[in-house]
Amino acid sequence: MHTALLTLAASTTKVKGPHIDWAGLSPLLAILGGIVVVLMAGLLRPRFAREQLVPGLTLVSLGAALGLTIWQLDDNKSLVAGALRLDGLSTTLTCLFLAAGIGTTLLSWRAMAPRESAHGEFFAMLLTSISGMIVLTWAQDTISLFLGLELLSIPLYVLCATEMRRATSLEAGLKYLIVGSVGSATLLYGLALIYGATGSTGYAETAAAFSTHSLSTDTLALTGIALVVVGLCFKCSVAPFHQWTPDVYEGSPTPVTAFMAVATKAAAFGVFLRFFDTALIDAQGTWGPALAALAAITIIVGNVGALGQSSLKRMLAYSSVAQAGYMLAGVVVSTSLGVRATVFYLAAYLLMNLAAFGVVIARERETGRGDDISAVAGIGASRPLLAWPLTISMLALAGVPATAGFIGKFQLIRATVDGHYAWLGIVIVIGSMISLGYYLRVIAAVWTGDAVESAQVATGLPALAGGSPDAEVTGPAAGPAWEVTLVAVVFGAAIVVFGVIPQPLFDFVARAGSAFSNLI
Amino acid sequence: MTIHLSIMLWAPAALALAGALIPGGRTVSRALAGVGTLIALGYAITLVADYKSGGGLQYVTDRMWIRELGIHYKLGVDGLNLFLILLTSVLFTATTLWSLSSERAREGQYWLQLGLAHSFVLGSLMAQDLALFVAFFDLMLIPFFFLSLGWGGGRRDERIAAITKLVIYTLVGSLLMLTAAIALAVLSASQSGNDLSFAFTDLQKVTLTKGSQEWIFLCFAAAFLVKMPSFPFHGWMPDGYKAMPMPVLAVFSGVLSKVAAYGFLRIVVPLLPDAAVHFQTLMLLIALASVLYGSVMAFTTTNTRLILGYSSLAQLGFIVLGIFSLTEQGAQGAILQSVNHGLVVAPAFFLAGAAAVRSGGSEDLRDMGGIAFRAPVLTTIFLIVAMANLAIPGSSNFVGEFLILLGVFNAKLAIACIAFTGVALASVYTLRLFIRAMHNRVGQDVTSRDVSLGDAVVLVPLVLCILGLALYPQLALKKGEQTVKGSVAAARAMTHPPKTAAAAQNGSVLNTVKTVPAGTPVPATGGTP
Repeated sequence: MHTALLTLAASTTKVKGPHIDWAGLSPLLAILGGIVVVLMAGLLRPRFAREQLVPGLTLVSLGAALGLTIWQLDDNKSLVAGALRLDGLSTTLTCLFLAAGIGTTLLSWRAMAPRESAHGEFFAMLLTSISGMIVLTWAQDTISLFLGLELLSIPLYVLCATEMRRATSLEAGLKYLIVGSVGSATLLYGLALIYGATGSTGYAETAAAFSTHSLSTDTLALTGIALVVVGLCFKCSVAPFHQWTPDVYEGSPTPVTAFMAVATKAAAFGVFLRFFDTALIDAQGTWGPALAALAAITIIVGNVGALGQSSLKRMLAYSSVAQAGYMLAGVVVSTSLGVRATVFYLAAYLLMNLAAFGVVIARERETGRGDDISAVAGIGASRPLLAWPLTISMLALAGVPATAGFIGKFQLIRATVDGHYAWLGIVIVIGSMISLGYYLRVIAAVWTGDAVESAQVATGLPALAGGSPDAEVTGPAAGPAWEVTLVAVVFGAAIVVFGVIPQPLFDFVARAGSAFSNLI
Repeated sequence: MTIHLSIMLWAPAALALAGALIPGGRTVSRALAGVGTLIALGYAITLVADYKSGGGLQYVTDRMWIRELGIHYKLGVDGLNLFLILLTSVLFTATTLWSLSSERAREGQYWLQLGLAHSFVLGSLMAQDLALFVAFFDLMLIPFFFLSLGWGGGRRDERIAAITKLVIYTLVGSLLMLTAAIALAVLSASQSGNDLSFAFTDLQKVTLTKGSQEWIFLCFAAAFLVKMPSFPFHGWMPDGYKAMPMPVLAVFSGVLSKVAAYGFLRIVVPLLPDAAVHFQTLMLLIALASVLYGSVMAFTTTNTRLILGYSSLAQLGFIVLGIFSLTEQGAQGAILQSVNHGLVVAPAFFLAGAAAVRSGGSEDLRDMGGIAFRAPVLTTIFLIVAMANLAIPGSSNFVGEFLILLGVFNAKLAIACIAFTGVALASVYTLRLFIRAMHNRVGQDVTSRDVSLGDAVVLVPLVLCILGLALYPQLALKKGEQTVKGSVAAARAMTHPPKTAAAAQNGSVLNTVKTVPAGTPVPATGGTP
């Protein structure tokens, strides 16, 4: 009886959950821990704690996560009973999210938005969103995919509305909430239909079901795929599902816009690559041409839309739509080369956009003209440290040689030609031609326009009912925004460095390609 | 002798960059930019002196640049680019000397952009890798964009519009070329089963299918014809020329168009021979239209910049005629004429600038006249340049045009006959420019005075170059002969099947003719035994 008790005790202890690889999860845990700590630190009384310590702790958390990711850069393992997977694509994209997070934290350090919405909450939201991106791109089944997507989106809806006394910011938050929810719902419906057709939620099982039951012509499965495409296209603003982008980008606080532009896009493309090139690869013959058509439409719509814009944020919003079209070309071909090209372009895109947004934010604070193109006019003579990053970023976005943007486009066009979509390569260059029309306008303004004298931000904003007391200490952010200039200069320099010596970046993204053993 | 092309290539940009960064104001940046240009010039002269005729590609630097994309950092000099490199260095030196004579705002930036332009043009000429060539070809436009933006003439908004138009026009072509270049390399690699490589030597080993060649050819042709510019693609030229500062324009007109002509001989004709034969008539007709249109416009406009611009359009038409005659003489003439035209058009722009200074700042021909009155030296120089431009027998331009027309005559008789009128038209518009600027009724605000020492420093060496080449054009012809022949060899073999082979096989004439692609008329000189 004694032994029976012992065995019983032993068997109860043996009832255990799945094996958890804590090392593999550590980047995610660092972010989750960061959220708690930052939220707590935001409650402290001293102003220093809120205004300096909170962003500092955010940076520490992001830095720790980055270190833990780089430590396991070449690992390839399944986590949490196969719900998540740490492989080349996961680690590469996670590095991009964390870099974007670090950039955004620096850009919003002394910005208006965290002061109006309380620092702890703002930075905790930012970290939550990043944790969602990590879950989303590491996901190996559709349940974790949806979980990650919502974890990414919901904090963003809030972040868009954090400049509470600006009606456009609130409007942006609401608009993004509504459109984003529609996108999520569509995606969820699509996932449910695919589940109905295949009987499984795991990517590997889905792929197996597709090949064994030859579902690539099955109506249920195809409807599901179509709805998933629509849902994801909402997220990465692919035309014709991009209409929310210009308004939301313009209305949101600029650091948040920068974050949305680079990190959200990287996450959405991560899941595009992961889900379509793993789970749905057997139906590539069906969704490939459809995505190619969407890519072509997106390139044209985005570039034409950007032509007439005088708001830099709207212009960059349309440009981000166009860039999404370029990157979609790498998904369309569904080859290992295509994956590498897309991830490379995501990295280049991150550099280019953070440099540009850094300059926009710096001028926004200095001139009080908002993000109008006149805010950057004439800075070539007065602020060379801002003028050069913006110039380089615009040239890179247009695809001029010796920039990372050129190499990225080069690789994308190569992937399209290699994957028998040469016509899409031609569409990419046609898009680049149109894009010159608006990128050059910015450069011309920077180097020839009349400089704007520094002006105070309009005062007399409405008081914030129940708002944090810091918010009342308004006016333009005090002190020189050296960290904003730093972001612009560092990312601007990186554009040129990786444009001239791109091999390290190629080696870095090669891991993402190796994550797909099924692709050629 | 080992000559490191990388040093020559990057010296102008590196020193100009140093000049822009080192605080010390105008003198430092001027001195450093000048030294950078002189280093390149010194290297270029050494190259020409040291180059072994018929030695193939020399002074090669070859390193892997981007492993992932198979792009090499490969530079080299052969008969095709040798004299164009010299021309580039000479003209940039002249522009540098010219720019020294006046002061301008933000001078460090000006020299930086000029140095970058110099390096990028040299790079596109030296590149022996297709992707490297495309990169430099696109890049060399950017400094000119900034130079016009910052230091150009005219109203600011007009200037921005004009220069934006210029950049978009040329990059449209260049970006199409980018796709074509990538497709060329990817298709070659998949056809041969080798790794992706953009080096010319690797690309030459594979001949693509005719269908691929044709669309790739059209993309390349679009890039080069816009850059030249050639007749239907010259829309950016009038506004762009008006917006550019004169010293910059001289080098832009003198050198950048030659890179496009060079691109045809370096890339299009040797790598895409079937397509070159297929589109020969089309290209010849475009070139012919350029000659006639350019000539007519040059003697109907009154703005001196545009007269020279349209005259260049016509001259570039001749060069394309030479290239697409697909004969050795034509190609030789095209290279020689490229050098000649660059040497003539740069001093011509300088003289137009000098004339404008003397006629109260107006660049309009109607406000000039009688400038020769107290300026015998200026007039003499102008006359020499004008005579060279209209290709008077004895000038090197005459030799160039003669070779080109000889080539076209062998290829397409009818086109050659019409092209001959272009020679006559050249004398009409050149003499009109000379007479109405220098002689004729004295213009209202004209104050005649002779060249200053500063002007002479720029003009005299250029004129000496023109005279030197007139006396001894074999210099440029001999050194390049073998390479130039090699570049048209494949295409020529198709249009002119070797007679001896045909005669020996006798019965197999039909086979020989069959290799000529459909749509190409059987040439008059070959074919029937």
